[in-house]
Amino acid sequence: MHEWALAESILVAAVEAAEKEKLKIISEIKISIGELQQIEQDIFEFALEEIIKTQGDKLKNVKTVIETEKSTLKCKNCEHTWDFSDMKKKLNEDESEAIHFIPEVAFVHARCPKCGSPDFEIMTGRGVSITSIKGER
Amino acid sequence: MDARVSVIDKRLKNIKRIISVASGKGGVGKSLVASSLALNLAKKGFKVGLLDLDLYGPSSHIILGVKDVFPKEEKGIIPPNVHGINFMSIVYFTEDKPSPFRGIDISNIIIELLAITQWGLLDFLIIDMPPGMGDETLDVIRFIKKSEFLVVSTPSKVALGAVSKLLKILKELKIPIIGVLENMSMTRSSFIKNEIDSMDLPYLGCISFDNALEESIGKPNKLLESDFMKDLDDLLEGINL
Ligand SMILES: Nc1ncnc2c1ncn2[C@@H]1O[C@H](COP(=O)(O)OP(=O)(O)O)[C@@H](O)[C@H]1O
Ligand SMILES: [Mg+2]
Ligand SMILES: [Zn+2]
Repeated sequence: MHEWALAESILVAAVEAAEKEKLKIISEIKISIGELQQIEQDIFEFALEEIIKTQGDKLKNVKTVIETEKSTLKCKNCEHTWDFSDMKKKLNEDESEAIHFIPEVAFVHARCPKCGSPDFEIMTGRGVSITSIKGER
Repeated sequence: MDARVSVIDKRLKNIKRIISVASGKGGVGKSLVASSLALNLAKKGFKVGLLDLDLYGPSSHIILGVKDVFPKEEKGIIPPNVHGINFMSIVYFTEDKPSPFRGIDISNIIIELLAITQWGLLDFLIIDMPPGMGDETLDVIRFIKKSEFLVVSTPSKVALGAVSKLLKILKELKIPIIGVLENMSMTRSSFIKNEIDSMDLPYLGCISFDNALEESIGKPNKLLESDFMKDLDDLLEGINL
């Protein structure tokens, strides 16, 4: 259930942004979650709903839209690119779970499928971010 | 925008003091000081957390003999309590394998760790820092606004060269510096004290080289009884800890 901590970060960030933009009401938050975070969407949505209930009027009728950002990994050594589903096949359960908590430990548990280098780059597919907020002043 | 950054203040809200144990130099005893400080404060009855931010070369788990534990998942992750210390480290997730991270990955790991770790109520959070003033140090300054620095040096001119650079930048950024601790001293010399005095910073005292220290590594109960701990304890008295 560390989804809860990330869901909370979305709402804290949204309220912060709304205050900056002087929005009285937030009507929609678009959220992008990196594929590497391997978030359980049901749990994440449930957490969002539960936290929204505890917040003030600003978030009362907010709609949340969740998108998953596909992962792209690129080798710095041979320039090969691949994605998390390729990578996952070679990971055991513990390694996969570790990446769920801390996506960057992919560098610890995985290698470039072509040349075996640990020196690759997460081009897309990590982190939790807000891509847009709609609301009323 | 990265939402995780916004929740960090909230995660650290119920921590009274945050002390980063740092140095410009590696191998001067930061990890020993950080772990021992955490043990010392926990023994005095404080609620203490320890965060190992040396992501390439984590060592607090070795010093404290942490094995076979994993954080509990509950509205985030809750650090396991070892020897009275709520202990968080990247090793839970790396299985202690080599960790080839680049700078941007380091920052992302720190953001993730700070965003999802639920420390709860703490009197002290001690941070074991890597050497230098790279990403980890800059990120601690950026994300952990209330962190104070406890800086470790050895009696060597070589160590002091790097340490004084760290001190200068911390001073320039107006980051609170608790003071400088001299570790592994072998002879009576006031070289470090004089240098620190001349920078107008608090010199906290020295910890002697402890020939038997290696025997206490991985054994917190022994570490609590060590000469190293005695010296540290005396020195902490001077700063009301
Ligand atoms: N006062 C001391 N006496 C003897 N050995 C020490 C002392 N302080 C540290 N050490 C040893 O020096 C080595 C480096 O210490 P460590 O805490 O890992 O340094 P750092 O974290 O600054 O890289 C370790 O093996 C540690 O046990
Ligand atoms: Mg260390
Ligand atoms: Zn490659």
